[in-house]
Order: sequence, then structure tokens, then C-alpha cells
Amino acid sequence: MRDAITSVFRRSTEVSEDFYALKDISFNVEQGECIGIIGKNGAGKSTLLKILSRITPPTTGNIISRGRMASLLEVGTGFHPELTGRENVFLNGSILGMSSKEISSKFDEIIDFSGTEKFLDTPLKFYSSGMQLRLAFSVAAFLEPEIMVIDEVLAVGDAEFQKKCMGKMEDVNKNGRTILFVSHDLNAVQNLCKKAILLKDGQISMTGESDDVINHYLHSGSHVSNSWTQKADIKHPYFKKIDVKIGGKQPHLKLTINASVKCFPEMATSFISYDIFSKMGTPIGQAIPKLEPFIKPSGETIDLVSEIDINGFIPGDYYLDAWLGPHFSETYDWQKECIEFSIIESPQKNRTYQHYPAHGFIVPESRLI
Amino acid sequence: MYICPVEYEIKPHQKLNLGLKEIWLFREMLFFFAWRDIKVKYKQTVLGFLWAILQPLLLMSIFSLAGSALNIPSESLPHPLFTYSALTLWMIFSTGISNAGNSMISNANIIRKIYFPRLIIPISSVLTALFDFLMAFIILIGMMIFYHDRIKFELDKFLLLFPVSIIITVISTFGIGSLLAALTIKYRDFRYVTPFLVQFLMFVTPVIYPISVFHFTGSKYLLAINPMYSAVELFRSGFNGQILELRLVAISLFFAVMLFIVGIYYFRKTEADFADLA
Repeated sequence: MRDAITSVFRRSTEVSEDFYALKDISFNVEQGECIGIIGKNGAGKSTLLKILSRITPPTTGNIISRGRMASLLEVGTGFHPELTGRENVFLNGSILGMSSKEISSKFDEIIDFSGTEKFLDTPLKFYSSGMQLRLAFSVAAFLEPEIMVIDEVLAVGDAEFQKKCMGKMEDVNKNGRTILFVSHDLNAVQNLCKKAILLKDGQISMTGESDDVINHYLHSGSHVSNSWTQKADIKHPYFKKIDVKIGGKQPHLKLTINASVKCFPEMATSFISYDIFSKMGTPIGQAIPKLEPFIKPSGETIDLVSEIDINGFIPGDYYLDAWLGPHFSETYDWQKECIEFSIIESPQKNRTYQHYPAHGFIVPESRLI
Repeated sequence: MYICPVEYEIKPHQKLNLGLKEIWLFREMLFFFAWRDIKVKYKQTVLGFLWAILQPLLLMSIFSLAGSALNIPSESLPHPLFTYSALTLWMIFSTGISNAGNSMISNANIIRKIYFPRLIIPISSVLTALFDFLMAFIILIGMMIFYHDRIKFELDKFLLLFPVSIIITVISTFGIGSLLAALTIKYRDFRYVTPFLVQFLMFVTPVIYPISVFHFTGSKYLLAINPMYSAVELFRSGFNGQILELRLVAISLFFAVMLFIVGIYYFRKTEADFADLA
């Protein structure tokens, strides 16, 4: 499937310029691929799915699709509380694109998967919300399109049910069906999809292997740099440029700092240190990559690459100070709060509740013995 | 086995065609929509489908009483039959167009999440109205038998003109229904306008009075613009022994077709934005 889409979503009165929910999107999907589509809220993921599902037409561009496509933008679409479970299965199945023959032949499997056999002939309004969800997902699970487009529908339901759904999705993929999967659950995307596309502000920010794309997404706000120029008559060394990248995976994150230092012949041999603060100004740690002074006097600009392990940092915004001097009581250059970086992912896998700075900024690795 | 075509291209919206082929592809969904609407309408009611009969019967009683009190003539037919026959046809039209608009809003969720030819929604309101008509029609036959000695029943004329009148009703309902559906989803005012419109239209259609009460020819022609005029007249002419005023019927037919085309065209033209407006 090859597509090029631009979509305009016109706001009514105030703004006179057009707002492009998506712009210059173009990508191919081969048969049998499972592609994850990730991005921040507002990046355009749902709009992309709406266009693929023919709900909203693109303003310009076209999509060529080969194969029957089913969209799951929501489970239980069309469910009516007054109708019975049985009736709703037929109604929902038909809305999702199954013929009534198909629904009849798969009916028993659907009911079996949902586990709601006892309540088949009671009106849906008497079902618990969990049962409704299970029934809805069961109908969707037995769709057999060649291409399946899923929008975060697996985000609801209890853990056991989610596992069941993921299992079904994996089966569907193994059977050679193409899946486009939008989710905020990066673990699910990583498990299910080999390739991923990162959308940012309506444009494709990156495509590639899902591991790489997910990493880029998590740390994309954190490739930050800062640069300075000094007056011509300055005689002491200073930072010309600092570049920070976050790499690695929680809980073993690494800051890679690339600093350009302008040296002078009159300087004493110096060293650098980096101070890490929380957004609120709480000092977290001071990293001194090399304890003895090592920056020798010269007339050059040298590049220093340092690596800091920031293991177990909780999600949040952090600042970096960069310091340069021959010894701690004399400062050649001190750039305070020159770099800001963000950590998005929790250091603890599967942790669902928030981290509080009041409990500290580091989550040390621990285990029961 | 599957509904959507296997290879297709998604492009910016092209407006002109009716989309009949697609509607045929989605016919099962259309059936399910109509089935759902009919079932839900009478769920948890004691009388169930009987309401389809009771509604026109009750209306007929009211109008018959009013009619005889006000001395409204009934073209040689017994007054109840005169009123009821037109009312059954009128109910298709009035419930059809009222539901078309409201149906778009109540199905907003599905419109936002699933692709299907949106015309299915007004079509299913027409189908639901036709189902009610079937119930009411049985009573009509009963009534015609009851009054058989007081009416001039011409079987061949009836058998010819009665289906035609149904077709005209369906065309008018579908046309105006689609127009209102498209307007309602964008301008919610039409939710409140539609009941007034329906009420007004009933009084300008010869449902409870014959067109002969108007002596001024000009007003007759004005009333003939109403597409339902021809439907009602043709329907009754099978058993009231009156001669049709063909010129008036022709005008009415013309407007029925015009409204049909305009309604569907407008609907298709604005269809692309429904998912955003719903």
C-alpha cells in the first residue's frame, strides 16, 4: 500500500490559516508486515487511521490499498443496549464488514472467546462493562480481513483480557495478515510489530525497526545543544558548544555529552564537571569524567566526549550545568542550566503508577533475595 | 464474502455519482440497520407492533371527528376511509423524514468510526417507515372491505396506481429525508425545524381534506407543488371513483423527482464532512 496524504481540518471562525493534521505522509506497507504507528497525542495518528478507514477523505493525495481492510477504531461500535448479545453480535459484525453468513459460521467461536454464553439472549444493557468489552472484542477478533487497522483498542480491559487480545493479534499476524497498529503502549508495539513509524506534528519523523523508532521517540526531546561565543579579548578557556544525547534503555540510560572547548596558551591544565539538577533545582549528582586536569594549554578548540550513566532516573525534566576550571576554587567557565533533557520512560518496567520527586529522583535497582 | 472491494484507491472526495453500486455492496448492513431500528422502536413496549396500526388509527379518529364537525367534504368516500387511507401513506413520509434527520445524530458514533455509504442511514429510515405502513395497510384493506358498498372500487386502477403512489412517496421521503439528514448534521437547528415542517406539510397536503375545497385554481396549482399530493391522490383514486386532475399530478410528480435529485446530490456533496461534524 503506497500512500501520500495531506489532510486539512478547517477550524471555523478565528484562525484564517489552514491547519494540516497530516502533511506529506508517504509510506509503503508490504503484505504480512506489522507496523506500529506511534507518536505524541496530537501527532496525527488517529487522523491517519481515519483516512485509511475512509472515514475522512484526504484533502490531497491518494492511497492504493490491495486487500480487504477492516478498521478497529473502537470496539463495540454500533452496540445497542436494547438488543440482546446475540443480536448485537450480528449487528456489530455486519457493521465491521462481515456478511451474515460469515457471522453465523463463526458465531460459536465468537461466543466462546468472549465467555458470555450464559447471557446470550439478555439485552446488552444488563451486561457489565467488562462483558460488553469482551463480547465486542470477540467479534472484532474473528474478522478476517487481509489488512487490519487497529487504534489503541487494546488499551481497555483487565490484564488477562489484554493478554488474550495480544495473543489473538499475534496469531492474526502469523497468518500473514497485514496489521497497522496505533498505540501508546510501547511494549505492545515492540512485541507485536517489527517496523514502526513515528509521527510528529503531522509528519513522519522516523521509520524503521520498532526498537530504534521507540528509542528515538522516548528520547527525541533530549538531543539538545547549546552554543556560545565570547568577546574577542577573552583569555581564559570557555565552552563553545555542548551537545547532549540520551541513549540506552531504562534503567540503564546514558548521557553522551559532546563539548567543544576553546583553549588558550595561557591557561592552566583544566578539567570539566557536569552537574545534574531536577527541573525544580534540586541537585542530583555531579559527574567528573576525569579527576585529574587533562585539558592542556593550546590555541585550539578541542572536542571532549563524555559519557554519564544516569541509571534509574525517574521520568521528568532535568538540567545540566557544565563547569570548566583548573581546580575547584578557580572557574574558567560555568554554564549554568545550559542543557535541559527529558526522560519519558519509567526505570521500572511494568510500573503503572506515577513517580514522585518527593521520593527521590533515582530508583535504585533492587530485588528480593 | 467480504463487503469492501478488494483493490481500491482512496482519493479526495469526488462528488457526483449516486453510489448505488456501493449501497448494493453494503445491503446487508442496510438490512441490519433497518432491522435494528424497527426492533428497538418497539422494545419494552407492551403493544409492540400494534403501535404501527394504532398511530394512524388514532390520528384518523381525531381528524374524522374534526372533519365532520367542521363539515369538511370527503369526495364521496366515508370520512374515516378518506382520512385513514391518506394517513397511512402520510405516515411513511412524516416518520421517514423526521427519522432521517435524527438518525444521523443518533448514529453519529458509527459514522465517526466505520466506513459505509452514509446514504444507508436515510434509506433505513424509509425502510422502517415502510414496515409500519405494512401493518397499517392491513387495517386499510379491512376498512375497505367494511365499507365496500360505499366505495367505487376499481381493481385494475387500484392495482396500477397504488404501487405508483408508494413509489412516489418513497422517492419524496428519500429525497427530502436525505436533504434534511445532511442539513441536520451540520445545522442542528433542523432538529427543531423538521417537526414544524412536517406539520405544515400535512396541512398543505390533501390528507384530511380534498383538494376540491380550494375553488381558486391558482391555489390548486400551488398545492400541487407538494410531491405528496400526487401520492395521496393516486392512492385514493383507486377506490374513490374520482377523475384525476392530470396536470396537477404531473406537477407534483415533477417536484417529487426534483427534490429526490436535489436531496441526494446535496447529501453526497456534503458527505465527506459528516465524520467531522457528527
